[in-house]
Amino acid sequence: MNRIQEKLRENKKLLSIYFTAGYPNLDDTVSIIQDLEKNGVDMIEIGLPFSDPLADGPTIQDSSTQALKNGMHTALLFEQLKDIRKTVSIPLVMMGYFNPVLQYGVEEFCKKCQEIGIDGIILPDLPLDVYQEEYEALFKEYGLINVFLITPQTSEERIRAIDEASDGFIYMVSSASTTGAKQGFGDEQQTYFERISAMDLKNPQIVGFGISNSDTFLQATEKTKGAIIGSAFIKHLTEKGVGQIAEFVQGIR
Amino acid sequence: MSYHVNKKGYYGEFGGAFIPEMLYPNCEELRQNYLKIMAEPSFQEEFDQLLKDYVGRPTPLYFAKRLSEKYNTKIYLKREDLCHTGAHKVNNTIGQILMAKKLGKNRIIAETGAGQHGVATATVCALMGIECVVYMGEIDIARQAPNVARMKMLGAEVRPALSGSRTLKDATNEAIRDWINNPVDTHYIIGSVVGPHPYPDMVARFQSVISKEIQSQLLEKEGTENPDYVVACVGGGSNAAGAFYHYLDNPDVGIIAVEAAGKGIDTGESAATSALGKVGIIHGSKTLLMQTQDGQITEPYSISAGLDYPGVGPMHAHLYKSGRAEFISITDDDAMTAGLGLCQLEGIIPAIESSHALAIFEDKKFKPSDVVVVNLSGRGDKDLKNYIDYFKL
Repeated sequence: MNRIQEKLRENKKLLSIYFTAGYPNLDDTVSIIQDLEKNGVDMIEIGLPFSDPLADGPTIQDSSTQALKNGMHTALLFEQLKDIRKTVSIPLVMMGYFNPVLQYGVEEFCKKCQEIGIDGIILPDLPLDVYQEEYEALFKEYGLINVFLITPQTSEERIRAIDEASDGFIYMVSSASTTGAKQGFGDEQQTYFERISAMDLKNPQIVGFGISNSDTFLQATEKTKGAIIGSAFIKHLTEKGVGQIAEFVQGIR
Repeated sequence: MSYHVNKKGYYGEFGGAFIPEMLYPNCEELRQNYLKIMAEPSFQEEFDQLLKDYVGRPTPLYFAKRLSEKYNTKIYLKREDLCHTGAHKVNNTIGQILMAKKLGKNRIIAETGAGQHGVATATVCALMGIECVVYMGEIDIARQAPNVARMKMLGAEVRPALSGSRTLKDATNEAIRDWINNPVDTHYIIGSVVGPHPYPDMVARFQSVISKEIQSQLLEKEGTENPDYVVACVGGGSNAAGAFYHYLDNPDVGIIAVEAAGKGIDTGESAATSALGKVGIIHGSKTLLMQTQDGQITEPYSISAGLDYPGVGPMHAHLYKSGRAEFISITDDDAMTAGLGLCQLEGIIPAIESSHALAIFEDKKFKPSDVVVVNLSGRGDKDLKNYIDYFKL
């Protein structure tokens, strides 16, 4: 069983953290991952920086721009991660945009992920139909779980199709927005969380976008399996540096 | 083989909709409705009426006698420069504003590089009384002050794109992000045959009026609908898509697409996507684009802001890859010279984009009997500062 699937079986709400590889400094990748695990984070999304991150707000955009300026690129990230499984055991997910993966070579990318011990991939701009026609077999061959997004606008029919195509969790985008655009949840989100919960999907849902502290973490996970924090963590890295990761994680739960 | 889009939104291997799920409902709504709406008689009637009375169509197909003598072939100019707002861009914005109304949208967003598409969008929003936000790179705002002022006069809000390289590609990213944040009430008027399906096809159809008119005008002048060649400049490629559209599947008509070589293809300052690009994803479309080995999108360069895009529409990527079209790249210097040449021979000041298409006659030789239609996509008023600086006028 894949580490993500194992983790999802645990009887607890999961805290997942996203960070952009190569930010704030080029060589922070491994120590950030280790510190996050040490402080009780359940899963990590390692962001592969891209020049044109369409779905991201200014915080993650800026971290990507800086990471690229620092010299981050796909091959280097794989090099940095090559011994990560000697020290880290929680699930690791690669998250990025499709073009850098396409240029690296999708099969080669999957193969590298398997070698390193990456458990899943999130590529928001790789659509469901293209994934199923061209890449699903490849992802499966290399033991990688592909994670799809849903939003409050996603139709029930499409959510069912995405649930069918998933074998880990569903990334539930909390509102119609880019990352880091909104803080907190209103009635609209609560209704949405309840609506999805009532669908009784086979895959658990993990909520992302809009979670920044313990209040929003609790709200987001009331009806779901867990929550992902990205922009708020990047902001914390920007303001406090890589030495204060414990403070951030302990502030969440 | 057809060079039009297939049912799944692809031109050969290019196209598709590589968009995050947040955009799926927006694009899907458009995909399911655009052909239906365009086929409605009430839509066609209003579109045709506005193109005629407001844009000033049909634009003339002008036999350029002195230019033809110089190059010893028969050159016709399709005068898109005479359209309201100064270029072909308005054909698309008229179509899309009517589409937005049919879809019940009450807010318009657009991206712009040099400001031509922004002005064309602000114009139709003023015409229809609809709120308009135009994203424009911070650097372009500084370079294109007159067009920023035009948009403001027309009632649009111009929002600076502060991310990335702060030019057209970033303005497009910002417009897409706005659409993600406003998925219900907003329509995004893309300015070229780029972006996720169905945009490339929809924009090409709105621009196809250009080749439709060429067919009937040429029939009148030459006794045939078909020129030997049709020539157009390509940045994203909307004027070219319009000029080629009704000839795509007609092997009797040669297609020539002209890209901006900038300071030269090998100088690192170029926008010749067919020569320098590789297959990848930009703004939701699989196409040829300029990028690093690692897949980061790079910043192109051309003296002409309208050709300064790191990708090319998927239709054009397919025309290139399949060999259906000949792609020629023209440097800044050759384009400027050709632009000045047209002024002096024909009394027409062309946009620098269009000057690239005119510049092919220096090296590419045609037979005296060949009929060559060049799409003169825009007028040069907006480029006066560039012409003044370049020729020290």
